[in-house]
Amino acid sequence: MDPQSTLPFLLMLAWLTPLASFVAIVFFGKYMGPHGKFAGYLATLAIVTAAVLSFTALFAVWLPNYPIKASAHHGETHDAGEVAAATGEFAEPSEPAHDLDADTHHAIDPNANNESPAYVTGNWYSLGKFGKLELTIGYYIDALTVGMFCMVTLIASCVHFYALGYMHDELHEPFVDHEVTLSNGEHLHRKGRFYRFFQYLSLFCFSMLGIVIAGNLAMVFVFWELVGICSYFLIGFYIERHSASTAANKAFIVNRVGDFGMLIGMMALWASIGTFNFGDIKNDEGVAEPGLFSQLRTEANDHHLVPTESMIAEETRMFGEVAAATGEEPTKNTAGQWLLFIAGVGIFCGCVGKSAQFPLHVWLPDAMEGPTPVSALVHSATMVAAGVYLVGRFYPVFTPEALLVIAYIGSITAIIAATIAITATDIKRVLAYSTVSQLGYMMLALGLGGWVAGMFHLITHAFFKGLLFMCSGSVIHAVHTNDMTHMGGLRKKMPITAYTMLIGCLAIIGAGIPLTQIGFSGYFSKDAIIEQAWNYADKSPQHSLFLKWLPVIGAAVTAFYMFRLWYMTFAGAPRDKHRYDHAHESPRVMTTPLIVLAVFALAIGWPIFGVYDMLDQARPLGTLATAQGQLWDVVVPNELLSHEPNLKQPAAIAAITAAGTGLLLATIIYLWRLLNPDELKQSFKLLHSALWNKWYFDELYNLIFVKPVLWLGSFAAWFDRGVIDSILHGAAAICRGLSKVVDFLFDQTVVDGTVNTFASGTWGLGLWLRRLQTGNLRQYVMFIVVGTVLLFVAITFLQSYLTPTQNL
Amino acid sequence: MFHLPLANILTEPVGVAHYVSVGAILFVCGALCMATKRNALGVLMGIELVLNGANLNFVAFGSKYLRSDVHNLGLDGQLIALFVIVLAAAEAAVALAIALNFYNSHDSIDVDRADQLSG
Repeated sequence: MDPQSTLPFLLMLAWLTPLASFVAIVFFGKYMGPHGKFAGYLATLAIVTAAVLSFTALFAVWLPNYPIKASAHHGETHDAGEVAAATGEFAEPSEPAHDLDADTHHAIDPNANNESPAYVTGNWYSLGKFGKLELTIGYYIDALTVGMFCMVTLIASCVHFYALGYMHDELHEPFVDHEVTLSNGEHLHRKGRFYRFFQYLSLFCFSMLGIVIAGNLAMVFVFWELVGICSYFLIGFYIERHSASTAANKAFIVNRVGDFGMLIGMMALWASIGTFNFGDIKNDEGVAEPGLFSQLRTEANDHHLVPTESMIAEETRMFGEVAAATGEEPTKNTAGQWLLFIAGVGIFCGCVGKSAQFPLHVWLPDAMEGPTPVSALVHSATMVAAGVYLVGRFYPVFTPEALLVIAYIGSITAIIAATIAITATDIKRVLAYSTVSQLGYMMLALGLGGWVAGMFHLITHAFFKGLLFMCSGSVIHAVHTNDMTHMGGLRKKMPITAYTMLIGCLAIIGAGIPLTQIGFSGYFSKDAIIEQAWNYADKSPQHSLFLKWLPVIGAAVTAFYMFRLWYMTFAGAPRDKHRYDHAHESPRVMTTPLIVLAVFALAIGWPIFGVYDMLDQARPLGTLATAQGQLWDVVVPNELLSHEPNLKQPAAIAAITAAGTGLLLATIIYLWRLLNPDELKQSFKLLHSALWNKWYFDELYNLIFVKPVLWLGSFAAWFDRGVIDSILHGAAAICRGLSKVVDFLFDQTVVDGTVNTFASGTWGLGLWLRRLQTGNLRQYVMFIVVGTVLLFVAITFLQSYLTPTQNL
Repeated sequence: MFHLPLANILTEPVGVAHYVSVGAILFVCGALCMATKRNALGVLMGIELVLNGANLNFVAFGSKYLRSDVHNLGLDGQLIALFVIVLAAAEAAVALAIALNFYNSHDSIDVDRADQLSG
């Protein structure tokens, strides 16, 4: 099948099916069966259809056309020259500079470039053209897009099935919300919102798929915001709970902060390059117009990231006049580099908000107020994945300096979130911080040049994090509390949940046998990240602390808190007898998705399935070769170097040792109880309170941002009420006084006097004339006669005066 | 010599001036009658005199024998006089009806008592 036409068609169908479901439920959801029960089936059917279409696109179109070629991967082979990805007939001709002989090649050339990734791009619909700016609905489909489509639709399908069981309470009429107490002491009774939930889920899936398929940055931004609003709806699903509505607001507002940076990045790119398109889209004449990537990484520059002419031209605009005024020559041509740096960091700001990176990570744990299926979806396939995905998609535009920023943010996020998770007792909160931490790892990997490692971890993490959340939801469903201190020993009551969750935990800590190809999915992806970290630190030792050791420590902490969670929930003796007695295994509609996801969490990373190699196909052109920073000394090493045995083996052993240490510590404290957690809490009181309060981030932001804003607001209110209102009231009083004076001096005397005089004169005249009306007929006759005579006399005399000539 | 005004009409042949003099005397008599009589019928008689005085003027001024200009039909004065006579008849009918009604309500036709509409 021709991928040029079938791929966009299939993926468009997969993308629009959830939208159709959303629209149908919006208008008719209420009438779909009792309490909108069939709306759930419709949404599930839609997403399953989308999943089927996505997998059709993958297996029937993509893989036959672009078969996976094994690349250097996890060790035993070093034929890294064979990174040749399949190129379609539409791809650019391959660059001969790196064309090394694959058979004889055993040492990796760090400056060798990768092949151009195969992709299909184009526009479906043009929204409008404003001068040079054209906004379109377009697509950019490569191996990453197809892979993400499959991952998102598959996990979303599991979440939909799971939600059919989990949200069952909403079908009751009325639904009683036990967490909302009204002023009269009763719990809130309201209508069930089953169909509303699935309506939002459908929109959520549609938005996320929109980001994944988007062919230009403007379209990404539109769906970016759609994902944001969907998360707002879903986090605030229990809108009557104060905590839920606050959390929804927090998520939305924190994301706006990041989006502001993203807008700056978009403006910087558009103003200097003039296009939002990722790939080279053929215009009406059939000529390919270069997109962002090929403009910034031209063939002439050997696909290295070089600012375009138009970006360098900014320098004359910005600094040329200054230099001319002072008579100095511009010393170094760095304005273009700075512009690229700003654009990259700006776009990354959006991803920081969306993917909950430090310092905007505070919204994600609060987002636990949403129903658990939403948490599973938000934390694995949608929303937070969007940020990492955008960094990956936009990778060719990030300069080495911007990548360093990304790496540091990722590293800090990973360790901060992991440490907070140690003390959390809310089962979902632990998982939330774990997500933040894992997202930090992905960002770290991307920032270090490990593009495939980061994307690979995104895919594997989506499966096991979705699994972990759904397991926690299953537990919550059984014991009706989030608090782990009320759980314990539950594995006897709910074995499927317990052992699928164990698989999830082992996957997330990266359990496997070092230096072999045996392990859980996280083993492969996390090792790839740590290897790249060591690779990076090998080239730039000054970053060793943050970029080499922190990720390893983070791995240990991850293992510790994950198994703390598992032991506290499922192992040991029940802490709350009442809740334990009422616990039960969840219905099959909930456990089946768990088993499906557990299988994927176990096996998705295995090399025989080739996910890593498939993602390697999509590596953006020019991002493999070692890159040097132009502004300051940064070296982003070739990712293939991380597979060198002298780096790989110590890194792998360090990773598994760290994970083992964490696991062992958790076992000692929470399973064997050789150490009492409470005593530990006492001895590390200061540290514990810092962790318990999430490093005081909320308090800090409260102090820095919320309080000043509130203060500013109350000052403005005071100013408004005290000053502006006083001025207005004063002006009004003066006006009123003035009008009173005018009223007294002019209106009452002159105007009223004139009118009154006229009226009384008329009145008096009328009274006087009245006396003439005697009613006496003879008198009237006398008046007439006398009047006539007088007239006659008057006319006679007047005539004689007026015509004196006749008077002679 | 004492010279009365209009004295020469006694010596002249009959012309417009004589008619007009008679009409004026009639008019003054009628007006005096209207002004002095308290009886409504007397007042009506005065009105008749006034109207006929006026009629005499119209006839005199309209007569072709008494006027020198010949460029008119010579009937306008007589026609107006006829109108006046018809009007006088109609007016007399209405006025007598008013007088009868007044008598019915006041048992008198003294016009001095008809002052209900005074101001």
